[in-house]
Amino acid sequence: MEHYHMNLTLKVWRQKNSKEQGKLETYQVKGISSEMSFLEMFDVLNEQLIVDGKEPIAFDHDCREGICGMCSMYINGQAHGPWQQNTTCQLHMRAFKDGDTITVEPWRSKAFPVLKDLVVNRSAFDRIIQAGGFISVNTGNAVDANAIAIDKKDADDAFMAAACIGCGACVATCKNGSAMLFVGAKVSQLALLPQGGPERESRVLNMVAQMDKEGFGNCTNTYACEAECPKGISVSNIARLNSEYLKAGLTTETK
Amino acid sequence: MALDAKIPHGEMDKKWTDYKGHVKLVNPANKRKLEVIVVGTGLAGASAAASLGELGYKVKAFCFQDSPRRAHSIAAQGGINAAKNYQNDGDSVFRLFYDTVKGGDYRAREANVHRLAEVSTSIIDQCVAQGVPFAREYGGLLSNRSFGGTQVQRTFYAAGQTGQQLLLGAYSALERQVALGNVKMYTRHEMLDVVKIDDKARGIIARDLVSGELESHFGHAVLLCSGGYGNVFYLSTNAMGSNVTAAWKAHKKGAFFGNPCFTQIHPTCIPVSGDHQSKLTLMSESLRNDGRIWVPLKKEESRNPKDIPENERDYYLERRYPAFGNLVPRDVASRAAKERCDEGYGVGTTKMAVYLDYKDAIVRYGKIEAGKAGNDNLSHEEIVALGKKVVEEKYGNLFEMYQKITGENPYETPMRIYPAVHYTMGGLWVDYELQTTVKGLYALGEANFSDHGANRLGASALMQGLADGYFVIPYTLGNYLADEIHTNSISTDHSAFAEAQKAVSDRLNTLINIKGKQTVESFHKRLGKIIWDKCGMARSEKGLKQAIEEVRALKKEFWSDVRIPGEINSFNLELDKAGRVADLIELGELMCLDALDRNESCGGHFREESQTEDGEAKRDDENYAYVAAWENKGDSSWELHKEALSFDIVKPTQRSYK
Amino acid sequence: MAFTGLFLILFLIVHASINACIFLNDGGKTFNEMARFMSHNWIMRFLELGLFAGLITHIIQGLMLWSQNKNARPVKYAYSQPNKNSKWYSRSMAILGTLLLLFLVMHLSHFYVDTKVALYVKGDAPHNLFEEMKEVFSVNWIVGLYVAGVIALFWHLYHGFQSAFQSLGFNHKKYTPLIKSIGFGYAIIICLLFASMPIAMFFDWIK
Repeated sequence: MEHYHMNLTLKVWRQKNSKEQGKLETYQVKGISSEMSFLEMFDVLNEQLIVDGKEPIAFDHDCREGICGMCSMYINGQAHGPWQQNTTCQLHMRAFKDGDTITVEPWRSKAFPVLKDLVVNRSAFDRIIQAGGFISVNTGNAVDANAIAIDKKDADDAFMAAACIGCGACVATCKNGSAMLFVGAKVSQLALLPQGGPERESRVLNMVAQMDKEGFGNCTNTYACEAECPKGISVSNIARLNSEYLKAGLTTETK
Repeated sequence: MALDAKIPHGEMDKKWTDYKGHVKLVNPANKRKLEVIVVGTGLAGASAAASLGELGYKVKAFCFQDSPRRAHSIAAQGGINAAKNYQNDGDSVFRLFYDTVKGGDYRAREANVHRLAEVSTSIIDQCVAQGVPFAREYGGLLSNRSFGGTQVQRTFYAAGQTGQQLLLGAYSALERQVALGNVKMYTRHEMLDVVKIDDKARGIIARDLVSGELESHFGHAVLLCSGGYGNVFYLSTNAMGSNVTAAWKAHKKGAFFGNPCFTQIHPTCIPVSGDHQSKLTLMSESLRNDGRIWVPLKKEESRNPKDIPENERDYYLERRYPAFGNLVPRDVASRAAKERCDEGYGVGTTKMAVYLDYKDAIVRYGKIEAGKAGNDNLSHEEIVALGKKVVEEKYGNLFEMYQKITGENPYETPMRIYPAVHYTMGGLWVDYELQTTVKGLYALGEANFSDHGANRLGASALMQGLADGYFVIPYTLGNYLADEIHTNSISTDHSAFAEAQKAVSDRLNTLINIKGKQTVESFHKRLGKIIWDKCGMARSEKGLKQAIEEVRALKKEFWSDVRIPGEINSFNLELDKAGRVADLIELGELMCLDALDRNESCGGHFREESQTEDGEAKRDDENYAYVAAWENKGDSSWELHKEALSFDIVKPTQRSYK
Repeated sequence: MAFTGLFLILFLIVHASINACIFLNDGGKTFNEMARFMSHNWIMRFLELGLFAGLITHIIQGLMLWSQNKNARPVKYAYSQPNKNSKWYSRSMAILGTLLLLFLVMHLSHFYVDTKVALYVKGDAPHNLFEEMKEVFSVNWIVGLYVAGVIALFWHLYHGFQSAFQSLGFNHKKYTPLIKSIGFGYAIIICLLFASMPIAMFFDWIK
């Protein structure tokens, strides 16, 4: 792989805290290696800012291997940047060339208020899970793991849905700021497994109610979420959410 | 203070059952009055908080991430062991116990390991009931694979994302308890001290990382589930935020630190590409099943690996260990790679890497495919094409990940790999009940030292985290709390809280007011280099003594020249990091001290003074069959306590892979 | 949206088939008979009420969606590249719908109002809808507006058809591609039919 260095112009959203207004600020970074990851480029910029006596840019990140779901940058108009099925931390600088200008913004959603710079508060997702994203089984209650055979296809589909890392790229990408892919993935996972059966109806109704309460938008099936999801979660999970919701709404006896 | 591991008497396979049968219980009405603090929400923390919440305790759980679902347990790829024997291949609780003690190079506590093997089966049941989508066979039953060179197939997995799926299971159980009001969750909070009242842990001081404010929280007991300290090496496969702070604060408050020098180096990581590198990425060990590892025979080789002919390649693992070849255990493979690179045979831009080559595997699989189709007249290219397909099916996602990071196509050119720090077997010393040397203070999961000895087997970390949280602590904590039912909640106005909070606040003020010139990151990098070079895979008395001096000097420099921008009472990532690095520096010193004391080659590390005539690791059971438990005695001062290990069942033997 | 959308989709089939009678070249005889049936049969008139109800519901739901979705992102991105992940028409249902609504106002004032006036105000006076069409479509800019309206309808249907199935919870590896193809075929046929009417009349291809 050809290795090269580049100078870049960065336009980065700076915002002191959730109350104050933010704005885009421009920075120059020099001598960035094409082998660096995007966040390592930010590390370089931050080191430079600290040495210059300025405050570094706050951004969320943790595992840096694309699984924890903490990183969350809207890079050049796309959640997690230009690569497909990829998180910000896995994006490498060879995606850019010398002289490029890169705009970096936080996730934009009413339900994800900015805490500082590029850091947003995604606790809405936790509250949606609290509303029903679980199977009520206390520790020690379980029967033998092989007591219930599960169709391999259903198990595989459940796994594919469960691969969601909860990063929020779907919400950030969706023109409506909808969280249907996130909710659909969890509802699907648990609806596909027999263990999820007993709470199936209340789960989908409660999770959707919480989702709406958090201020997420509605799904209009543009499928942008699927295209930008770093784990390639399918919109078929949204369809399953819709059908679960309709069925539950029609058959449930509680209001 | 004499160490009492509180191992129950009796036969090895009856100890845990007997313990559970006689342990003190807390009645439901009293549980509601008892408060428990859980720090960290990885596999151990989330499972403990959820299980204790279910039992009826009032739980407060803390994590520094924005959600408990992000804890680094999520990154575990391979799988989780359990002695289910679903494959009818001769597995049993005893075998899992035996393999784990042996794999740990005889430095683990037998009773703890046996309990781990016993509860391993319940973990799988629990996870499946929670909706964890483990891999399944066409018949709908669970699939197993063999992992890390074991002779039985006992590893349960969910593609390469087992840790993620298990953590999400525990996370969902935790969030359910949050919704039920049994657990109160504090995200973006970091524990900065343990509060002790009358020699018992009674709470913590935590900092709200968003507002920067300090908070006092009372608990009848405090559980530390804060993970390992691999980031002392700066570069590791740990998450950027993984740290030792919670465990270290406990250590400073009287909890002994066990075997700090026992760290695990994983042989198949993607190598460092330059100074900018912030973290290393692991590739599953399964790659060694088919790949061949080699370096050029000639130093300073500059040819493209494809152009280096067979007779100028050194397949050093196959040469040195003909019986096991490329499948030698993690520690052996790691050390051998380091040895070749140190001798100047390394490859890649940094010369700190070896090749992992799939060329032969591709041809081998291609020929098998051609044979299956009864086609003998295929050209070499056609065979290669067939072989690539097979390799893609088996390792496609790993190859893709490699290509994403390096930009190189591993089907065409050999991958470059190098060992990296992956896990720390050392941690807070705990007894059989997972209690540290501070009453009421417990350590679970990677944060404790207990079950893996000097080397952890593949797919055992997830097992231990969940065993501690789901199935051990709910019993052992009750044994302590049963005597605490008369202790009313202590107000955080108590002078102990005020003093602890003031100490934390003073330290933060000191840090931010140093206003020096160097960044936190630059100190962390320097610390990592010292520890990696002198307390990594190979250690010597001379190097370790040097390292101790260097770490002490670094500590001094840190506290006089670090620059932390921003304010204390605000969202300040540099301040968070500074506190963690300051603790890692102190831990680094203790690691070197522990490594210096342990004049034997054992598990993951090689002590140069302790080797066989042909340069292999030599364990010294006569002098070092103990857990080194270090008591902090103030600044750069420790006292060593030894917990002698006895091996009643698994008799120690020297490992050989020749 | 999906229920009402599918209902309107069904209506368009009826609407297009009846209108296609003009191509029989019988001087509008069949077409006028059909039109008379539609406006005099009580079942049809009952369905007509349902149609308006569906249409209004569709519009109200659309407006609610639009407003909720707008609120979900109070601060907009300074720089966004939606074309990298979605089709423009899937993101433009509201604007396409608004265009269709405007078109509909014109369309109803051209044909619907007159029909109803003939029926109720003039006491069921004879009404030649075919001739009226010829008259309206003799003006070039009106023909232009109709063709433009039909183009907006095409994109609205192209997305709306398959989207309705997704919203009702139907997504299947085998059938969803089929639904998408049917949706595309439906949108093409309906819209070509509709567009060809004013054009054919304008050029006097229909006798």
